[in-house]
Amino acid sequence: MSVIASETLPDANGHFGPYGGRYVPETLMHPLQELEQEYFRSQHDPEFQRELEYYLREFCGRPTPLYFAERLTRELGGAKIYLKREDLLHTGAHKINNAIGQILLAKRMGKTRIIAETGAGQHGVATATVSAMFGLQCVIYMGAVDCERQALNVFRMKMLGAEVVSVKAGQKTLKEAVNEAMRDWVTNVRSTHYILGTAYGAHPYPLMVRNFQRVIGDEARRQILEQEERLPDLLIACVGGGSNAIGLFYPFLNDPAVRMVGVEAGGLGIEPEKHAARFQGGSLGVLQGTRSYILQDESGQIQLTHSVSAGLDYAAVGPEHAWLRDQSRVDYTYATDDRALEAFVKLARLEGIIPALESSHAVAEVIRRAPSMSPEELIIVNLSGRGDKDVEQAARKLGLQMPA
Amino acid sequence: MPPVLLGHFSQLMNRIIERFARLKQRGEKGLVVYIGAGDPDLEATRQLALAFDEVGVDVLELGVPFSDPLADGLVNQLAAQRGLESGTTPVKVLETITRIRATSSVPIVLYIYFNLLHRHGFQKFIQDAARAGVDGLLVLDLPPEESENYETMMADAGLCVIYLVAPTTPEDRIALIVKRGTGFIYYVSREGVTGMQAKVADTIAARTAQIRAHTDLPIAVGFGISNPEQARTVAASAEAIVVGSAIVNQIARHGRDADLVPRVTAFVKSLGDAIKSTTPPPA
Repeated sequence: MSVIASETLPDANGHFGPYGGRYVPETLMHPLQELEQEYFRSQHDPEFQRELEYYLREFCGRPTPLYFAERLTRELGGAKIYLKREDLLHTGAHKINNAIGQILLAKRMGKTRIIAETGAGQHGVATATVSAMFGLQCVIYMGAVDCERQALNVFRMKMLGAEVVSVKAGQKTLKEAVNEAMRDWVTNVRSTHYILGTAYGAHPYPLMVRNFQRVIGDEARRQILEQEERLPDLLIACVGGGSNAIGLFYPFLNDPAVRMVGVEAGGLGIEPEKHAARFQGGSLGVLQGTRSYILQDESGQIQLTHSVSAGLDYAAVGPEHAWLRDQSRVDYTYATDDRALEAFVKLARLEGIIPALESSHAVAEVIRRAPSMSPEELIIVNLSGRGDKDVEQAARKLGLQMPA
Repeated sequence: MPPVLLGHFSQLMNRIIERFARLKQRGEKGLVVYIGAGDPDLEATRQLALAFDEVGVDVLELGVPFSDPLADGLVNQLAAQRGLESGTTPVKVLETITRIRATSSVPIVLYIYFNLLHRHGFQKFIQDAARAGVDGLLVLDLPPEESENYETMMADAGLCVIYLVAPTTPEDRIALIVKRGTGFIYYVSREGVTGMQAKVADTIAARTAQIRAHTDLPIAVGFGISNPEQARTVAASAEAIVVGSAIVNQIARHGRDADLVPRVTAFVKSLGDAIKSTTPPPA
């Protein structure tokens, strides 16, 4: 297999082969170029790196454990399963890795105001948290439907002092929140940094978010070598925009024996408007700043999506994933709402861990694959977030009742 | 007849270039009017286009409705939504332009998001647009850095490449953009999405002078102009003004009224009258 991870991708204009790039209105072109320059400067600044490491360790709680899921492994009767416990990070998901990195950049650039989009609310909470911590004004855009289904996170953001704007356009979920955040950014770009939460959008975001998230894979690689003295056979992660997946996969891309699977949201099944599996029903297009696989109709209008998980309910996928798929380096599959819910319950009951509905999609794929693998094989699944925010919704779906 | 050489691209005839040449000759200012195609339906769009032509609109900018118009303010988002609800597709917009062309030669620019071209087939869309009678494209989210081949394909089809310059565009980028654009340069007078403003930006004169130092292309200024008085103010420092949301807002209010076309056209005429009386800047 050829070398995949290289310092040359993305190229200078943010392209991963035919994907990526910078497709934005002119007002944002120069701010994005400034952001890119500042990001690259920060990468060579030992002071920035020290500060980032300090906050990741002391504030966020890194490193997160790589935990052997003994009962799940026994129950499935196949490969040995390890959970990368990003759910144990402060604020409850991997999103804080990127939020910390970007707010340090925003400070370097002298920005006084922070905005972000959020789907499930985890990125919103992470952004509200780092904004509170550094005393910056914070506005979070969230679809009205998501505000309702992830109400706990709305309150957390407000508690942290952020303004939460409920976006009522279109289907009122993550895509509309991104549109609204971009409109805000275009209007307030001189004072404001946009902390985009996933490995998506215009260059340098996909590169920058990947690099802030690769700490997941760097740690997991070190930890599995310590615990098992060898590399894993399979990595599994859910893919919305794709930041937790690329964070786990990236440091293993040059290890040809390590296979990888990204799991998209299959929703109610692969039919138009019933899912968010871009690699199943999508095609090449340009949305919200980048060129990638998107769910669109024959005229190029973006289609409605559905997933039980707000964080995966998005019509486009990060450009680097599209490229890794073309290289046959990563396989992409999907899990339906029902299978994700089963996985949600199974992990809770077998391991005492309630995963986020997003991460439950990855666990569902573990449940599908592990039994046919040998006990000598190793799987690492990224438990990207914890499921407290989803308990009410899951209880409703599963028909759980309050005690009389 | 040999082709007339215009800047770096040659074509027999482009209505935008001709119109600006004529305005310059007469010492007049140009009026660029934006409406959302298919709002409330494409037949109304056709009638509005013809009526605008009658009252002297210089360039008609037709917004092709897109599901995710992230550069647009609420007024134009709602227009796009009404356009989509009336069944407007990029292909139907081109068909409507063909019908407009049966009786009118008003210059037409399509204001469009890149995904719609991309989906249609980039080159095919350009060719189909030229065949329908379109004169230029303003692709909101296609900056010069991503537009490899675009300008060549446009020149081959005889279409103008309309690029935006923003308040955040530094001078070296202005120099790059004006070299790549044709027809006119669209100066976005403030940071933000499309929409009406109580007050127009006070930096316009300085910025248009800065752009003019790099190009002979006419400059049209837009974003936020909502009444004849603002139109007159802005026209003093540009070759043309662009008015959008203020007109779209009238269509929103009167879209289903029997007198939609005369009402909106009367407002457009008041804008035209305001700028036509502006004295031209010294040559």
